[in-house]
Amino acid sequence: MKFKLRFTWDTSILILLVVVWILASLTTDNFLSSINVSQIFSNTSEITIMAFGVIFLIITGEIDLSVASVLALSSSMLGWSYAHGAPIWLAIIIAMVVGSLCGFINGFLVTKVGLGSLAVTIGTLALYRGIANGILGTNTINEFPEFWTGFGFDTIGTSFIPQSLPIIVIFGIGFALLLHNTPFGRRTLAIGQSPEAARFAGINVVKHKIIVFTFTGFMAGVAGVIYTFRFSTAQADNGVGLELLVISACLLGGVSIFGGIGTMWGVIAGVLLAGSVESWLTLREINAQWRTIVTGILLLTSVAAPVLINKAKAAKIRAGNRS
Amino acid sequence: MAQQGDLLLQMKGVQKRFGGAIALSGTDLSIRAGEIHALLGENGAGKSTMLKILAGVHVNDGGTISMAGRSFQTGSPQASIEQGIAVIYQEPSLFLDLTLAENVFIGRQPMKGAAIDWTLVQNEAARLFDELGVPLDPKRLARGLSIADQQVVEIAKALSMNANIILMDEPTAALSASEVERLMTVMQSLKAANKAVIFVSHRLDEVFMISDFITVMRDGATVSENSVEQTDMQKVIKEMVGRELTELFPKTEHDIGDVVLEVKDITNPAYFRNISFKVRKGEIVALAGLVGSGRSEVARAIFGIDKYDSGSVEVNGELLQKGSPIVSMERKIALVPEDRRQQGLFMIAGVDRNIAMESFDRLKGKIFLNFKKERTLTETWRDKLSIKFESASDPVDSLSGGNQQKTVLAKWLATNPDILIVDEPTRGIDVGTKAEVHKLIDAAAGEGKAVLMISSELPEVLGMADRIIVMREGHQVAELSRKDATQEKVIAAATTGSKGA
Repeated sequence: MKFKLRFTWDTSILILLVVVWILASLTTDNFLSSINVSQIFSNTSEITIMAFGVIFLIITGEIDLSVASVLALSSSMLGWSYAHGAPIWLAIIIAMVVGSLCGFINGFLVTKVGLGSLAVTIGTLALYRGIANGILGTNTINEFPEFWTGFGFDTIGTSFIPQSLPIIVIFGIGFALLLHNTPFGRRTLAIGQSPEAARFAGINVVKHKIIVFTFTGFMAGVAGVIYTFRFSTAQADNGVGLELLVISACLLGGVSIFGGIGTMWGVIAGVLLAGSVESWLTLREINAQWRTIVTGILLLTSVAAPVLINKAKAAKIRAGNRS
Repeated sequence: MAQQGDLLLQMKGVQKRFGGAIALSGTDLSIRAGEIHALLGENGAGKSTMLKILAGVHVNDGGTISMAGRSFQTGSPQASIEQGIAVIYQEPSLFLDLTLAENVFIGRQPMKGAAIDWTLVQNEAARLFDELGVPLDPKRLARGLSIADQQVVEIAKALSMNANIILMDEPTAALSASEVERLMTVMQSLKAANKAVIFVSHRLDEVFMISDFITVMRDGATVSENSVEQTDMQKVIKEMVGRELTELFPKTEHDIGDVVLEVKDITNPAYFRNISFKVRKGEIVALAGLVGSGRSEVARAIFGIDKYDSGSVEVNGELLQKGSPIVSMERKIALVPEDRRQQGLFMIAGVDRNIAMESFDRLKGKIFLNFKKERTLTETWRDKLSIKFESASDPVDSLSGGNQQKTVLAKWLATNPDILIVDEPTRGIDVGTKAEVHKLIDAAAGEGKAVLMISSELPEVLGMADRIIVMREGHQVAELSRKDATQEKVIAAATTGSKGA
């Protein structure tokens, strides 16, 4: 049989996204209004930024559950150092350095000490937020320069594009190129596909994973900065629970939880799909329980569908090559 | 209870094929109560397949098996256990945190009312250990037990299930000399109890010490079955080998140049000791020996996957840093590993991705990979090695074994190495592709590469190598030139450590 399956989860999620947009705009008055679209983009900005790092980690076969806590710690450090007289640019750098350091510690514990990333990052999920609590306690800092808070909240000129979007786009393009067009990206995929074969291919798996953990931490730091300015608030309980949304978005975008498979545009589509569905249901005034149920079903489908599609695809190709 | 000499098991003309490969082409085996029966043959002769059929792991396609005169259809491990067949594997799988007695009766604990009768469990285990002649305490934990004693516990477990045929697949491979002695005592006890023991071993000295009967297999068929008095080591070796070399080995003569790779006295006490050899430009040197003799570990050490404790490796006269595959690759060493599915390939990735894996430096500009160059690279090697696939992005998992092996070779040949190490380059691939792979290896030597080849297939070793180094239990026991080498000499060195035969 010459028929060849070219249908992948990444492409189907794009189709799904378009379908959701069409249905949503038909069933609500203002889904595609500029304000709502702008809302969707800015509501998902931290998740997207964190997902850019986490996708690399999941592809190598690891996971990071601590990203939302890193976000909170970076946010707290930003607020604390600004409140203690640091110029804003320095406070921002401190926040990102703290984020990177958190990621590095995760990576070190996982690779050098040899602990499982699930266990390590459950631990640091509590630890990093605990430190954030230690720094700010129940205080919130919400005095920031207007230029920066505007940057987190306003749109560009009179358009509907949030000011944070260009940053996301730049990071998105950068990380997409890194994953798909560089040796580093190829090695990331290779490690997830077979850590043993990666060693025989001359890849320094430990070093590679530490780098990926570190820039995941860095991206969580960036997300912390954006979050802080978007809500004009630095506090220890910023972003509670976001880690699950980040991981959901990656899985929804076709990244395999077993490692070795994933595309950047799949993840971007995944984030937008989750954000769009959420927005659609909100506009339809569907209550929170139902929104959660729909999100859950979407996620289960996203985990099951790529597995089933890939199985069917592999069987087809195998039949072809072995005949 | 069977009497000594009663026919317990008879296999006649047993056949087994896996897809296109014939594993057994008609094997006979007769086992009587109270005998120790050795099953001998080269790697791939079909011994393990035989044992697996008896254990119920595989079902035979043809031939008959009868147990105590009644026809028996294998098919499930449970059915085999009910027939009194028990398998003792090389690496026992005991529950380390349970006591020996608990391990013996795991899943079949005798009950007294609603509770397990622990007294009976312990007494029975003690009785079985006693019967086997080993002073093991049924109450101790399995953790910390030597491999040999763990095997004894497995044997006790088999006896508690009324096994009367005990199969052992290379039971002594992982044992030290004193442990081997202990296991032999146990085998004698089993014999005295009128049980039958079938065991596979490559150590001929042991085989002649303990067995009553020896069955030799070759290419999936029984060659001979003799009582130990009627045969001798020379005869057995000849029967194990006895095969003509054909054009399967398209070896050509090339000029042999300067020393490229020099291994000097490297030792990693866990796997090998004092290994020294040289490989010259244009030369193919084979590392022969049994599986587990430390050959692959030497290759891994040279390439830098593992470290070694002492000694050194030099490439073109300069010291090679140990333990770094990256440095080894920079020094133009390539290793085509033993296990292509686990070590050589990224199975879910495309053929193109796999071939490109080691050639990024030539495929990228300043930062980014050039997909066009990558495509060209894939096409070049597809044509050179005639690798068959439909689309370059097909996962290698979808390719046949032979094409997978060619993909691994392509990946490494694309780096244009000076030193090519190939570990079991033709394992599990069909004869036609084997010949192609041999041709590629010969061509690599012809281009002036230094080739180190590890192979368990003697004909391959003899057919391809300019020089043969034989390893046995981590030691280098013989070095034979192409014209001196015979199968008998290599086997003798690999199994007994003796240099002549």
